[in-house]
Amino acid sequence: MAEVEAGVPPTETAFRVKRDEPRMRSDLSRQRLRSAWIFLAPMLLVLALVAGWPLLKTIWFSLTDASLSDLAGAKFVGLRNYYEYVDYGDGTGEYFGLLFDPAWWNAVWNTVSYTAISVSIETGLGLVFALVLNAEFKGRAMVRAAVLIPWAIPTIVSAKMWAWMMNDQFGILNDMLMHVGLISSPVAWTANPETAMWAVIIVDVWKTTPFMALLILAGLQMVPGDVYEAAKIDGIHPVKVFFKVTLPLIRPAILVAVIFRALDALRVFDLIYVLTPNNTQTKSMSVFAQENLFQFDKFAYGSAASTLLFLVIAFITLFYIKVARLDLGGRGG
Amino acid sequence: MPYVVKRTGFYALVAFIVLFSIFPFYYAILTSLKSGTALFQINYLPVDFSLGNYEGVLSNGVFPLNILNSVIVAVTVVAISLFLAVTAAYALSRINFVGRGLLLLTILAVSMFPQIAVLAGLFEMVRWAGLYNTLFSLVFAYMIFTLPFTVWVLTTFMRDLPVEIEEAAIVDGASPFTIVMRVFLPLMWPALVTTGLLAFIAAWNEFLFALTFVSNNSTRTVPVAIALLSGASEQEIPWGTIMAASVIVTVPLIVLVLIFQRKIISGLTAGGVKG
Repeated sequence: MAEVEAGVPPTETAFRVKRDEPRMRSDLSRQRLRSAWIFLAPMLLVLALVAGWPLLKTIWFSLTDASLSDLAGAKFVGLRNYYEYVDYGDGTGEYFGLLFDPAWWNAVWNTVSYTAISVSIETGLGLVFALVLNAEFKGRAMVRAAVLIPWAIPTIVSAKMWAWMMNDQFGILNDMLMHVGLISSPVAWTANPETAMWAVIIVDVWKTTPFMALLILAGLQMVPGDVYEAAKIDGIHPVKVFFKVTLPLIRPAILVAVIFRALDALRVFDLIYVLTPNNTQTKSMSVFAQENLFQFDKFAYGSAASTLLFLVIAFITLFYIKVARLDLGGRGG
Repeated sequence: MPYVVKRTGFYALVAFIVLFSIFPFYYAILTSLKSGTALFQINYLPVDFSLGNYEGVLSNGVFPLNILNSVIVAVTVVAISLFLAVTAAYALSRINFVGRGLLLLTILAVSMFPQIAVLAGLFEMVRWAGLYNTLFSLVFAYMIFTLPFTVWVLTTFMRDLPVEIEEAAIVDGASPFTIVMRVFLPLMWPALVTTGLLAFIAAWNEFLFALTFVSNNSTRTVPVAIALLSGASEQEIPWGTIMAASVIVTVPLIVLVLIFQRKIISGLTAGGVKG
C-alpha cells in the first residue's frame, strides 16, 4: 500500500510524476551502459583471443617439454627450461636452462645496448630535425614531406636497400667514405663482427629519426610564441632560452617519444633478421626466441625466451614510467 | 656577416636532412634501373634506364600474387579493425562506466606487446583452427597491433567532439548504435582516414607473423617475398631484382603518405603526445 499524505488526494498523476522522472533517467543511463558493453564486447573478445590467450599459452609452453611436431602432447616440466641443476652423482653437477645460457644473455646484451645507443642517437638527431622543421623557412612543407619518406618505407625494404649500400665490394657507402677519406679500405659492414651492430644502428637511426622528430615537433608547436618573445625582449641568448625554456617545456613530449621508441626497439626482429642473418654480434632477444621456436625445434625453450622477453619489457616499462613520472592514464580517460 | 653564416649553416642543415632522408630510396631506384654489369659500377647520377629488372620481377610468377596477398590482408585488416574500433571508441569516450580508465590502460599495454611473446600461443591456435598457410591467419594476428592503436586514436578524437551533437539524438530517442552510425560516423572521416592509413601501412609492412604463419610461396605477403628473393647461388644476390621489387611495393606507400601528410602527422602525434 502506498503511503498517502494527509490532505493530498492520491491521484495517479501525482505518483507518476514523482516516480517516473528518476526512473526515466536511470533507464537511459542503464541502456547506455548496456550498449557500452555490447560495443566493447567484440573488440575485447578479439583482443583476448589474439593477445591474452596466446600470451598465457606461451607461458604455459615455457613450462613444458613441447616440441614443434608435438604441441598437443606437451607435458609439464616445471621451470626446467629456465633453470635446471643436473647432479652427476660424483659430487659435481652442471646448471642448464635459459638463465645459464650464454647465448641468451648475449642476445639480451645485444638488444639492450642496441636500444640504448639507437634511441639516444634518434632522440638527439630527432630534436635537431624538429628544431629545424619548427623554424620558418621557404620550402618547409617539402622538407617535412621528405622527412616522412624513411618512416613510410617497409623495414624489410630499408634493410635490403642499406644492405646493398653497405655491400663490401660495390656499396656506395664505402665509396663515399673513401672519397671523404674517413676509411682507407672497404669495410664489410654487415659481415664484420665489429661493424655489424653499427650497421643495424645506422639503418634504425635512418628509419626512425623522422618518427622521433615529428613527435618532438608536436611538442615544440605547443610552446606558446610569447615565451620566445619575452626572452627576446629580455635579451637572453638563444642557446640559454633553449636549455632553460624550450627543453623543460617539451620534456613530456620527449619522454613519451623515448618510451614508445624504446619499447619498439626492445622487440626488434625484422631489421636484424634481414640485415645481418646468423650473426651472434647482433642477434636480438626476439631473433633468439624465433630461432629456437621454429628453426632449432626447441619450442618450449623458445617459449621460455619469449616469456622472459615479455617480463624484461614489462619491467623496463614500469621502471621507466615510475622514474620519468609519466602520466599515461590521464591521456585516455 | 654572422647573419650570412647563420643562414648558410641553417640551409646546409636543411640540405643534409633532405639528403639523409631521400638518398637511400633514390639510390634504390637508380639501382633498379640498371642492367647487367652496370650494377657493379658505382654511380651517383642515373646513367642507365632499363626496365629489365621490373619486367623480371613482375613476370617471375609469384611476385604479383604476393602483392595481391598483401593488398587483401591489409584492406581486410583495416576494415575489420576500424569497424570494431569505432563502436568501442564510442563506448570508451562518451559513456561513463566503472573501469574505463583501467580498460584504456590495458588497451595501451597491448599495443606495446612484443609480438614474439604471443607467437608460440598464436601459432598453436592458427594450426588448431586450420588457418596455417592461409591469409586468414595474418588478418587475425594483425589485430594485435592495429586494434589497440585504432581504438586509442579514435577514442581521443571522439572525446574531443562537443556534447551537444549527441544531445539532440538522445532526446529523439535514437539508439546508441544509430547515434554512432548517423551522428558520429559522418564527423569522423578525417580520423578514420588517418587511422585507417596508419593501420594499412603497419599491416603492409609486417614481417614476423607473415614469416611464421605462411610457408607457401604463393600465399606469402610482400615483405617476406622480398626478404627471401635469392639468386641461383648464395653468392649471387639479385640486387637489381630486389631493388625493383622494393621500389614497386614502396612507391604506393610514399604517394599515400605524401598526399595525406598532414593527417598522418596529426594521427601519429595523437597516439603519442598529450594534447
